[in-house]
Amino acid sequence: MKKDLIVSIKDLAFGYAERQIHRKINMNFHRGKVVAIMGGSGCGKTTILRLIGGQIKPTSGQVEVDGKIVHEQGRKGIYELRRKMGMLFQHGALFSDLSVYENVAFPIREHTDLNEAVIKDLVLMKLNAVGLRGAHNLMPTELSGGMARRVALARAVALDPDIIMYDEPFAGLDPISMGVICDLIRTLNDALGATSIIVTHDVTETFAFADYIYFIADGIVAAEGSPSDLKKSQLPFVKQFIYSEKDGPVPFHYQANEYISDLGL
Amino acid sequence: MLTFFENIGRGLRLKITRLGAATRLFFTIISYSSESFKRFNLTIREIYFTGVLSLIIIIVSAFFVGMVLGLQGYYTLQKYGSSEAIGVLVALALVRELGPVVTALLFAGRAGTAITAEIGLMKATEQLSAMEMMAVSPVARIVAPRFWAGIITMPLLASIFSMVGIIGGYVVAVPLIGVDEGAFWSQMQANVDFSYDIVNGFIKSLVFGIACTIIALFEGYDAPPTAEGVSRATTRTVVTSSLAVLGLDFVLTSFMLSV
Amino acid sequence: MDRIKLDAWVGIFVALGLIALMGLAMKVGNLTSNDIKTTYVVTANFENIGGLKPRAPVKSAGVVVGRVDSITFDTKIYEAIVTMSIDERYVFPKDTFANIYTAGLLGEQYIGLEAGGDPENLVAFDKISQTQDAVVLEKLISQFLYNQASKEEEEK
Ligand SMILES: Nc1ncnc2c1ncn2[C@@H]1O[C@H](COP(=O)(O)OP(=O)(O)O)[C@@H](O)[C@H]1O
Ligand SMILES: [Mg+2]
Repeated sequence: MKKDLIVSIKDLAFGYAERQIHRKINMNFHRGKVVAIMGGSGCGKTTILRLIGGQIKPTSGQVEVDGKIVHEQGRKGIYELRRKMGMLFQHGALFSDLSVYENVAFPIREHTDLNEAVIKDLVLMKLNAVGLRGAHNLMPTELSGGMARRVALARAVALDPDIIMYDEPFAGLDPISMGVICDLIRTLNDALGATSIIVTHDVTETFAFADYIYFIADGIVAAEGSPSDLKKSQLPFVKQFIYSEKDGPVPFHYQANEYISDLGL
Repeated sequence: MLTFFENIGRGLRLKITRLGAATRLFFTIISYSSESFKRFNLTIREIYFTGVLSLIIIIVSAFFVGMVLGLQGYYTLQKYGSSEAIGVLVALALVRELGPVVTALLFAGRAGTAITAEIGLMKATEQLSAMEMMAVSPVARIVAPRFWAGIITMPLLASIFSMVGIIGGYVVAVPLIGVDEGAFWSQMQANVDFSYDIVNGFIKSLVFGIACTIIALFEGYDAPPTAEGVSRATTRTVVTSSLAVLGLDFVLTSFMLSV
Repeated sequence: MDRIKLDAWVGIFVALGLIALMGLAMKVGNLTSNDIKTTYVVTANFENIGGLKPRAPVKSAGVVVGRVDSITFDTKIYEAIVTMSIDERYVFPKDTFANIYTAGLLGEQYIGLEAGGDPENLVAFDKISQTQDAVVLEKLISQFLYNQASKEEEEK
């Protein structure tokens, strides 16, 4: 039996040069679960995904993936860990010089020695799963935003990863595409037996399908729990977020001088 | 006044930091190169984009440069009654200087900008990050093949430039002006030395190839991930490459003449 | 662009580049006309080498037989020592004459070898003892003017 806990973040702190972004983050992600990380723009959600993927190193604390501490791995070790991960980038990040087919085939070609016939079967299967088998000849520029993200999703799961990370999978999508992606996340997660980590600030969709939700604010986990628990939560921050109130603990204004003094009065 | 010097100091420090970062990129590329040599078809693909697609501009420019050299050279040499030396003049000017230098300048404008823009855009659209997250090194997969393609391409383009330029000079001198064909070629052969002129020109173009490609790659890799950032980086590629080529040309020439 | 087409184009490009390089080496440069491979070195002293430069040709009867390697100055005898490499295929008698000539009135200078009659031949590191200096134009002119002046003096 594999360990149930696949990703765990302990006392993580991280900051870019002069700005502290995370102060003390603790999160646990279990196998087979769909977990959402929510928080206002710029609170460091994408950064958490990058820390899990080992693209940046924490200032203190650690991220553990599948029993290994990410920032202590060398290049080889990190690449080994990354092969267990799939990541869907905010805008898909499809390779613009490759066709849809080649995009999905890319990780397979890079990491396996399968022959062309097997690769073709795999690619078409993945594209079929996201409903875009018919589009395999198109170039990324010929796709709509929702389609591009589905192709990117097919590419992210091409090697059947244990962990799938989604960076704002719903941002900028129409309601129909949003529903499609939502369903896909759930089905892929259950079909692959994977763990999904979703970074988002889309409340309704997330509350409808996530198993567990973390709220980040001010560099710490401000609230956590299952959707039903959080809905009952009396924390002002959570209420503000769920019912999208403009001002509350998360201020509308970026910190600034007194308005009067900025106007020079 | 103080802020003026402060600005100069800050600018200089920034430049030196960037030079250091570019050098670091160079060594990273070298260390990843064995990985990308295993899949040489990636490099072949880049030779197509940097070399084959630059052929037209190189051939056309070379032909015109050669014809102009022929005309100008003839009018000057004729005053001294030595118009047969026109072959030497055209050949030496091309092989030693114009071939490598003009090719490098055209390369910076044609292929260098394309490399910078492409890599900058890949970075801005997170394609490089996506690649990293797929456990594929962008340096091995994207950067190193372009680097080697540039190094292979530049000397070949410069050789083509020189040869086509000499043919351009020939066309003006022999059929149009009427310089004796035998004198044109024999004077050229008697005075163009293989190891001193042709090999040195080749070495120059090799050095320019390394410089132009590294600059283009670095600017792309270092570009801020925005539309504005990429467009500025592209401009910088042309400016920096041109200055680097002209500066290096002076250094190399004085070095080669002194040996 | 499929793989085969790509390879074909790159093949054409590389072939063109190599042809150009070969063309430069053969047709433009002197790689073929001057493939002196094995040589032997001889030296010669001159009081005045004029504008002779390293790599200048060494000719005999108009045929290039070698090249000047280096030119140094000997502070003991205050003469120039010219070291030259001669193609091994050509042998010259010990009493060969070395002259510095000028190609045309203002052309480059070269060394001309005129064979003597000695039965023994020059071997590596020999010194050619009979030499004639470069004609220095300024000297020639001043000599001419001097002669002219002295002639006029006589006529008076
Ligand atoms: N490479 C970087 N250098 C400096 N600051 C960065 C960099 N990337 C992101 N940031 C800053 O870090 C903060 C968190 O970014 P991010 O994790 O992308 O936020 P989000 O929660 O919106 O995904 C932002 O304020 C951003 O400006
Ligand atoms: Mg983000």
